[in-house]
Amino acid sequence: MNNHEIEELEFKSLLDLIKECYGYDFGGYAKSSIKRRITQLTLSEGHQYISELIPKILYEKEFLDTFLKGMSVTVTEMFRDPWIWKTLREEVIPRLRIFPRLKIWHAGCATGQEVYSMAILLKEEGLLDHSQIYATDFNNSSLEIAQKGIYPLREMRKHTSNYIESGGKESFSDYYTVKYDAVKFNDKLKENIVFSNHNLVEDNSFGEMNLIICRNVLIYFKQNLQDRALNLFKESLSPRGFLLLGDKESIDFSIISNDFVSVSSKKHKIFQIKGGD
Amino acid sequence: MKQLSTPTPTTTPFFKAIVIGVSAGGMEALMSIIPKLPEDFNCPIIIVQHRSASEDDFLVEYFNRNSKIEVLEAKSNNRIEPNKIYFAPGGYHLMVEEDFSFSLSLDIPVNYAIPSIDLFFESAALAYKNRLIGVVLTGANSDGAKGLKIITDFKGIAIVEDPQTANTPTMPQSALNETPANYVLKKEEIADKLMELCGSTEQIRERG
Repeated sequence: MNNHEIEELEFKSLLDLIKECYGYDFGGYAKSSIKRRITQLTLSEGHQYISELIPKILYEKEFLDTFLKGMSVTVTEMFRDPWIWKTLREEVIPRLRIFPRLKIWHAGCATGQEVYSMAILLKEEGLLDHSQIYATDFNNSSLEIAQKGIYPLREMRKHTSNYIESGGKESFSDYYTVKYDAVKFNDKLKENIVFSNHNLVEDNSFGEMNLIICRNVLIYFKQNLQDRALNLFKESLSPRGFLLLGDKESIDFSIISNDFVSVSSKKHKIFQIKGGD
Repeated sequence: MKQLSTPTPTTTPFFKAIVIGVSAGGMEALMSIIPKLPEDFNCPIIIVQHRSASEDDFLVEYFNRNSKIEVLEAKSNNRIEPNKIYFAPGGYHLMVEEDFSFSLSLDIPVNYAIPSIDLFFESAALAYKNRLIGVVLTGANSDGAKGLKIITDFKGIAIVEDPQTANTPTMPQSALNETPANYVLKKEEIADKLMELCGSTEQIRERG
């Protein structure tokens, strides 16, 4: 047995403990990514071996927060993949105007950059005031950051160029104020946003949505868990509701592939539920 | 009279996958390998090439025109199939899972690279163990060196393009500094070596 195989054993024991002690089951996640997260956490905690995290899990209740924070990939941008946001603005928004009140679920919102992107888009299209956005994640530390709406100033150059490419209509800097090396998005944007904890592994639907956004979350799930999440989205959508996925995610070959049609080209990853017309 | 039964030769190929890491100068290097492989080349080939995400469609289309084997983009949860060549999509890390399917991740770049060859090689080594061939070609950084080391830790085969003749020698040289390679070859010699290795069956290698 080489060291890599020993590390596999440590990793598997750790996941068992997490399930037993914390009740979080990562069995449905793609292994390689979750293992990399755990290796990174091991290093950032100043350890050499994954198994050195075990006493912390067993004896330090407050370690759960650190652990979950370590498990989340929070690399995100505003208006990421701007061409998708452009299609959303040009082809989906007009069809959403028929709903008297819009309900939008942003599942796996991480630190919230795309939630504010959505709020800005809705504001510019005159829909924000009668929209309700539910932004959820299983990681409370990420939700806290999302709730604050404060982001590093150094990221704004990328966000701004994405915003312009996505068809933004205003001056992007009107949406935030700069203080030192951070920016804070205007509170007005989050008046209709509710941030709350929801875990796609085990939690259920909480209402009928007109649009569900879940981007770059399903890539971390194995097929069974992907199917669970996609089925949950299907059950949570209103007739003629829309689903927006990440650039490399798809409903092809999933259990809901026959229930949706692509909006625009398949490349744009926007799907509309069939029926109800 | 008792008939002596001749042992049926095992035809299962020993190697289950070839993984290739390539960066600067990569198009030329790949063009000296991929077009040479025959249409019945069974072993799946998975290529991680550093580049910008916007080139995804171009790469797949270009190599499909220049390959006798089908070329595809690796997609999350797709099972790795024989007789296919896969490219990692730009902007994501690509990894191989235990059940020989792909997974993607948007994690932070490793050594400034996404996709990272090291991460990809490591995951492939864990899945395929000694039945893996790792190839490091031309490139201007050291990505792939650590990953190739892990492939050899599992007794997989390491092939490195000869830095003397590589378009950009840094990447193959870094790989050689990290781990001794089974073969150091000119890019023109690599396709033949892959055909030779992948022609070997369980029986031959287990004897050898």
